[in-house]
Amino acid sequence: MGRNIAALLAGLIFGLGLTLSEMVNPAKVLAFLDLFGNWDPSLAFVMGAALLVTAIGYRIAWARPKPVFADQFQVPGNRRIDQRLAIGAVLFGIGWGLVGLCPGPAISALTFGGTPIFVFLASMGAGMALFEVFDRSPLKKSAA
Amino acid sequence: MENFTPVSAAIGGALIGLSAVLLMALNGRIAGISGVFSGSVFAERGDKLWRVLFVVGLIAAPAMWTLAQGAQPPFEITQNWPLIIAGGLLVGFGTRLGSGCTSGHGVCGLSRLSPRSMASVALFMGAGMATVAIAKSMLGA
Repeated sequence: MGRNIAALLAGLIFGLGLTLSEMVNPAKVLAFLDLFGNWDPSLAFVMGAALLVTAIGYRIAWARPKPVFADQFQVPGNRRIDQRLAIGAVLFGIGWGLVGLCPGPAISALTFGGTPIFVFLASMGAGMALFEVFDRSPLKKSAA
Repeated sequence: MENFTPVSAAIGGALIGLSAVLLMALNGRIAGISGVFSGSVFAERGDKLWRVLFVVGLIAAPAMWTLAQGAQPPFEITQNWPLIIAGGLLVGFGTRLGSGCTSGHGVCGLSRLSPRSMASVALFMGAGMATVAIAKSMLGA
């Protein structure tokens, strides 16, 4: 129960942050990626502030033996930079640059983004489903 | 740089950080949207409801903001359907293959100095900037 309310609260705060910072606006994100055009560095300030709060807050959270509503902290331990990570990041970056949407803002814009958001989210969901198929197929071994 | 909004950007960013810290301190989880969202469908039973509720919060927040402000957040997107579909497919597949997006690698991963996240952020930012530069030159803008 506590864990579900905590997740809802975290989602609300995340969504409010995306809205206030205007990261839900694809044009604003593209203006950040347009380094050689009329550059808008706002996204870097969003990232910088988020990083500062998270870096300090994580340390405070980890000073406790375990999370309030769970048995352990689930932090990825993998430190190896492999082909999957690199190819995935590049494919994601291309898609991000084509439209100006990454997953958080795309989901947050559902109620006001009109038909383009529905089409984008459906395509994003299809891409994720495609990954699940790929991840469970023998192809995975040759690409890993 | 006339559209630069450093103050609202920093406040919004701090809220995103606060959300990531809460999810870690309370539930012990990384606030990576691509993983949380994908898992709301593909995760094991018993690991789904919190993900669905996080996504509900993500959608409800700007809707509540719209009701309070009486106006929708600024939103401007391409009307080019092939571009939207290709973008969505690449973002969906790429974030899963690369184990994260702007939130999971960008915010959570960088803040704990994960080498994988540093590589991921450098690559997706570089690819995003290159894509915008190439798209603009092809359109002659």
